[in-house]
Amino acid sequence: METPMTQTSGAPLLEARSVELRYNSGNSSVLALDRVSLEVREKEFAVIVGPSGCGKSSLLYLAAGLLESTGGEIIVGGDHVDGPGRDRGMVFQAYTLFPWLTVAENIEFGLKRRRMPAAERKEIVNYYLNEVGLAQFGGHYPKQLSGGMKQRVAIARALANDPKVLLMDEPFGALDSQTRATMQKLLLRVWDHSHKTVLFVTHDIDEAIILGDRVHVMTARPGRMKATVDIDIPRPRSLDMMLDPDFIAIKRQILGLLHDEIDEDH
Amino acid sequence: MRFDKTFAPADGGSGATTLPRAAAAPTPPRPKRRRGFVDVALTPRAAISPRATLIAGLVVWAIVLGIWSALTYGGVMPDIFLPSPSAVIERGISMVSDGTIWPNMWSSIEVILLGFAISSVVAVPLGLLMGTFRIVQAALEPMVNFIRYLPVTAFVPLFILWIGLGLSQRVAIIIFGTFFQQLVMIMDGVRAVPDDMLNASYTLGSSRRDVLTHVILPAAKPGIIDTLRITMGWAWTYLVVAELVAADSGLGYMSMQAMRGFQVDKIFLAIGIIGILGLITDSFFRLLRAKTAGWAA
Repeated sequence: METPMTQTSGAPLLEARSVELRYNSGNSSVLALDRVSLEVREKEFAVIVGPSGCGKSSLLYLAAGLLESTGGEIIVGGDHVDGPGRDRGMVFQAYTLFPWLTVAENIEFGLKRRRMPAAERKEIVNYYLNEVGLAQFGGHYPKQLSGGMKQRVAIARALANDPKVLLMDEPFGALDSQTRATMQKLLLRVWDHSHKTVLFVTHDIDEAIILGDRVHVMTARPGRMKATVDIDIPRPRSLDMMLDPDFIAIKRQILGLLHDEIDEDH
Repeated sequence: MRFDKTFAPADGGSGATTLPRAAAAPTPPRPKRRRGFVDVALTPRAAISPRATLIAGLVVWAIVLGIWSALTYGGVMPDIFLPSPSAVIERGISMVSDGTIWPNMWSSIEVILLGFAISSVVAVPLGLLMGTFRIVQAALEPMVNFIRYLPVTAFVPLFILWIGLGLSQRVAIIIFGTFFQQLVMIMDGVRAVPDDMLNASYTLGSSRRDVLTHVILPAAKPGIIDTLRITMGWAWTYLVVAELVAADSGLGYMSMQAMRGFQVDKIFLAIGIIGILGLITDSFFRLLRAKTAGWAA
């Protein structure tokens, strides 16, 4: 089911149309995603929440072109997704920095692949190093960084490549709660500067609400779209808004949507 | 499935208010409990001092050399079976001064370097392809795994029949002994590069070629150097096998000749030289890894 869109500013930049994903193993097959449709408008921060195993990460991998769907289609910027490309940057839950490159070299990896001149590269790298608060760490290697710092570099690396849409797959899932709060704050600030179109996957409802313009709620196995909730909390946002009555009302609504899913799970 | 989380303090919540400190009397300096050496040494995985590391290693050397000396100088073992340390050293000095050691040494080094280089030059790129492309792996792995378990020594007569007794026969044995092991070890190292690292590079705009040259190759480099270092050790073993059976020079040949003349000190010398040469090649690859892949630690 779909809720009517309240804002109609801009055409969808990313659109999933009845996406189906079926895993075949031997003679049994498992339906991971069942006709999932989704629209993300330009400059929108969209979030997908759902219980673990609902296929929300798979949907992101499909949008990135790293997985192939068994039905439906995904369109980004008017083009059918057919394999990965630099127009869809991604930040992964696992640490994926290249350990043989310094922080600065990691950030310029994508820029080098498209042969951008060195001076231009340097300018972009410095901008994003500052943006994620790692100006002093350009010459460090990933193994010298904490988990939170690694993910900051991963965000900088993806943004420096200037993708049309930034896909984020539970990027703070492996971090402790205090680091996660710091990262959410940082992402809010970075997003206020860039207004990049983002599709963010998480199982953390607080995170979904505080970051997102819209939250898409998914059901567990097989993954289906259950509802879309508009988050009309004004920006710029800060984490203490998590205590506001508006926030809590939205949280109650989303918890209600997820409730039967949680009961089914255990 | 739980959706609740603990709230971290929102901005500025980092101890803005200072709690009144209890006016406790300064705690007297607690006597630092020193753990005894034995206590530390018997704790699983507990770190020991660099000095203890060095001494422990030296003690074992001293014990081995001590037993050797006791057996020989004490006359327990006849010197036609076990030469004394000084006899081995004297033999070394005399063979260096009359120059008879060098042809044998160079012969062995030549065989090792040729065989190892030919094997590595093919195994490194092929192992990379096997670890990268499933089709190459599917094609080669079953055959490679079969050959890998064939004993190299069993092929020595065959190689002698095919190639004869020259340098190329010994080089062939080194290649046969190292190549298939290198291939499998390099392939495994390449396959261990995490998928999401490749995925990340794709989403940054890498082509498939970029992924191979800018992700897989650098990521696999420390593993490749380790493989070369380990298989170099095995190559020294196969060298001696080749030289014992059929050769007219080399350190293995030197041992064989010495056995016929009951010159046990000469056999010891040959073994000692192989050990030292092996140590040198090992250190070379350790250094290479530290210099070119220090990030992997």
